[in-house]
Amino acid sequence: MTLAEALPASGAAPAPETVLRVEGLCVSARTEQGLKPLVQDLSFDLRKGETLAIAGESGSGKSITSLAIMGLLPQPAVRVTGGSIRFGQQDLTALSESALRQVRGDRIAMIFQEPMTSLNPVMTVGAQLSEAIRAHAPVGRTEARRRAIEALRAVRLSEPERRMGQYPHELSGGMRQRVMIAMALALRPEVLIADEPTTALDVTVQREVLDLLRDLQARLGTAIILITHDMGVVAEMANRVIVMQQGRQVETASTEDIFGRPQAAYTQALLAAVPRLGQGSARAPVTGEPIARLSDVVVRYPLRGGLLGRITHNVHAVDHVSFDIRKGETFALVGESGCGKSTIAKALVGLAPHQGRIEIGGQAMQGLDPAGMKAMRRRVQMVFQDPMAALNPRMKVGELIAEPLVIHDIGDAASQRARAADLMARVGLEASHLDRYPHEFSGGQRQRICIARALALQPDLIIADESVSALDVSVQARVLDLLRALQSEFGMSYLFISHDMAVVDNISDRVAVMFLGQIVEMGTRAQIFGNPQHPYTRRLIEAVPIPDPRLKRLSRPRDASEVPSPVHRPGHEPARVILRDIGDGHLVGTSVG
Amino acid sequence: MTDPSVVDVPPQGALARLLRRKLALFGLAIIVLVVAGAVFAPWIAPFDPNDQMFDGLTLEGAPMPPDGKFLMGTDLLGRDLLSRLLYGAQTSLVIGVVANGLALVIGTLVGITAGFFRGWIGGVLMRFTDLMMAFPALLLAICLAAIFQPSLWIVAMVIALVNWVQTARVIYTETSSLATRDFIAAERTLGASTPRILFRHILPHLLPTIIVWGTLGISTTVLLEATLSFLGIGVQPPTPSWGNIIFENQTYFQTAPWLVFIPGAAIILLALAFNLVGDALRDVLDPTQRGRD
Repeated sequence: MTLAEALPASGAAPAPETVLRVEGLCVSARTEQGLKPLVQDLSFDLRKGETLAIAGESGSGKSITSLAIMGLLPQPAVRVTGGSIRFGQQDLTALSESALRQVRGDRIAMIFQEPMTSLNPVMTVGAQLSEAIRAHAPVGRTEARRRAIEALRAVRLSEPERRMGQYPHELSGGMRQRVMIAMALALRPEVLIADEPTTALDVTVQREVLDLLRDLQARLGTAIILITHDMGVVAEMANRVIVMQQGRQVETASTEDIFGRPQAAYTQALLAAVPRLGQGSARAPVTGEPIARLSDVVVRYPLRGGLLGRITHNVHAVDHVSFDIRKGETFALVGESGCGKSTIAKALVGLAPHQGRIEIGGQAMQGLDPAGMKAMRRRVQMVFQDPMAALNPRMKVGELIAEPLVIHDIGDAASQRARAADLMARVGLEASHLDRYPHEFSGGQRQRICIARALALQPDLIIADESVSALDVSVQARVLDLLRALQSEFGMSYLFISHDMAVVDNISDRVAVMFLGQIVEMGTRAQIFGNPQHPYTRRLIEAVPIPDPRLKRLSRPRDASEVPSPVHRPGHEPARVILRDIGDGHLVGTSVG
Repeated sequence: MTDPSVVDVPPQGALARLLRRKLALFGLAIIVLVVAGAVFAPWIAPFDPNDQMFDGLTLEGAPMPPDGKFLMGTDLLGRDLLSRLLYGAQTSLVIGVVANGLALVIGTLVGITAGFFRGWIGGVLMRFTDLMMAFPALLLAICLAAIFQPSLWIVAMVIALVNWVQTARVIYTETSSLATRDFIAAERTLGASTPRILFRHILPHLLPTIIVWGTLGISTTVLLEATLSFLGIGVQPPTPSWGNIIFENQTYFQTAPWLVFIPGAAIILLALAFNLVGDALRDVLDPTQRGRD
């Protein structure tokens, strides 16, 4: 394991001291049906300098455990009903709020998933850091500032002095998470709880943050509790792993054992469901006629400023993108946040004004009257990322699925309902649940409802915009299977938009890699993953955490450079990427000034 | 994640679920009582509301406190308060329900349109709303009332034209945040028409806000009517309304407190009743709240 190598001193020690001991922890929520257990009989030891991962899917109680340790449970609705959390000589479950405040932040620190919401948007980074330091250490303003800058330097933020005066919104997601880490580690806590620290970040940024955490741990000897659903992150970071399911500890073992010899059936199933690179099965190349054709599509959002509201800058969301999607094919668009992949989806369904030409089934989208536009919308349907947000919570599932039929005036009420029941069955839900509301279903089931709604009009193309990203891996695998099965049954094409290279490798026929609004590489799945040519494609593939602890990752020189901005002054054109065919339709981009 | 098999709500009508709530029932009872009082006032009122009775005043000419004959006492002119309250309920209900309801409808329409379309339509509508908000409501009401012949329905209309602004503001903010939600985007990709999105998908989500603003509006509009009447441009005396009973008598608050307290309590009780029913209605109509009542 990398940590043991990086830290020979602590790795060689016979038994490092235990800093945190959780024994028989039970946490329950008060509901009208009485106490509902969220965590049951959880026990573990955390030793100095080690990383303990708590892995599990949503609802497994892993985040509740971290909140219980921090004393941040939303009491009195949720509270500790048994067991103890020993930290040094103290039992944290018995401490008063004021005593806990002394421990919190100072000796046990926490970083959260979403760095934007956990930083105060109206305070500068420096003010927040200094405040955190002064809350626990009796130091003056200047000393606190000095320590804050030191902490920012420790997390390898460029220009720490300048960052002190900046507000959170001026920093990128990765930089914000580093500020959170700096804040957490400024006081040299003995225990750091990282709750899904990289889930909201792009893969390349995730890589940097994970490297950073590992380096800092080696230097400071902090014990880390890493809470994550991502088995790849577990394999790369953890010494030991606790697998949790529905509040119970299913398996506890060293990382090598969990991945090499998983004992519990649940662990085995969980590992089997994790999408891995290189697992995709080769399909016969799809050679149908193109169902959607984009040529030179440009989407720009003007930024206005000044008294007269003149356009001062343009956001080049999508810049001269051209590709075809063939009938029955799964075409994937990959890239990191802000690369314009979702904007292409919006342009395709007519939600984003664009220049250039978009054809669906041979018909251009430009200059369509409302009736023509409505007809075109029947041919392209979309499945969103968050199924809960994409379903009107006040409508019954049956109404939601029949909604497209009602809008396009297809059939009468009875036949619409029958069709909705039929579609429910098609996507693996019980047709008798038509009269339930979306909140009565689980996340995966809700995404199935969205898929059923998209199928209702029998479209030629379904756009899946990060449609499986918000789902647990086991659910994700089943939804991907469903998508494949539906494609072979109905023969529609997918535009599959994702940031997850492993998922893309598993489902797609052809792949386009996007960077800053332009396609930098495009080809078949085998070409992109087997023979990546563009440096950005390579970086994306290398950054994917691999769920195998035996694989050692070479420490690469870190790319600390900021991602260039897609905002340009009017008249100024960013460098165009020219795609060159290097054989068999494998297009690789080269920048031209 | 909720296991769908756990949440099993027996299928019931919204009315049945509403009636199972004690507070809602209480509110409903008060509303029915007030409406019945207003409608049947000519039959149940013990006296003529405008009859200045000789025995309605003490020998010194002071109003009578509540006793066996005058259940709620009499006012400064020796008129029976209970009878005046019953007849006044007619006026106040028209103002509190019709005028306030009309204000709510205008406010909701303006807010939802401005919030959904933004752009220049939204800009114009909201600047107009701000203008109305900045303009003293009373002054505007006086101007409007002066133009038209004073009558109950004109007063109701004037109040509606003055009172819609706050609702419009709040509805505007909520609509503009709802309009960016994914399920509205999903609806657009399905090709839904704008009216369908507005009234089938956005409006139900605004119900809780509309209900709260509607119930808050009842007491303010009832009192605004009283102010207008006091200034001589509202309901003309001697026609009673709850608001003008308070206004006529507030100077004698020390010596004859019942003349202010009883109509005041009536207004509060009516507003509370509408609030209780509205609250329950909101919960009952919100499917995500099901199984929690």
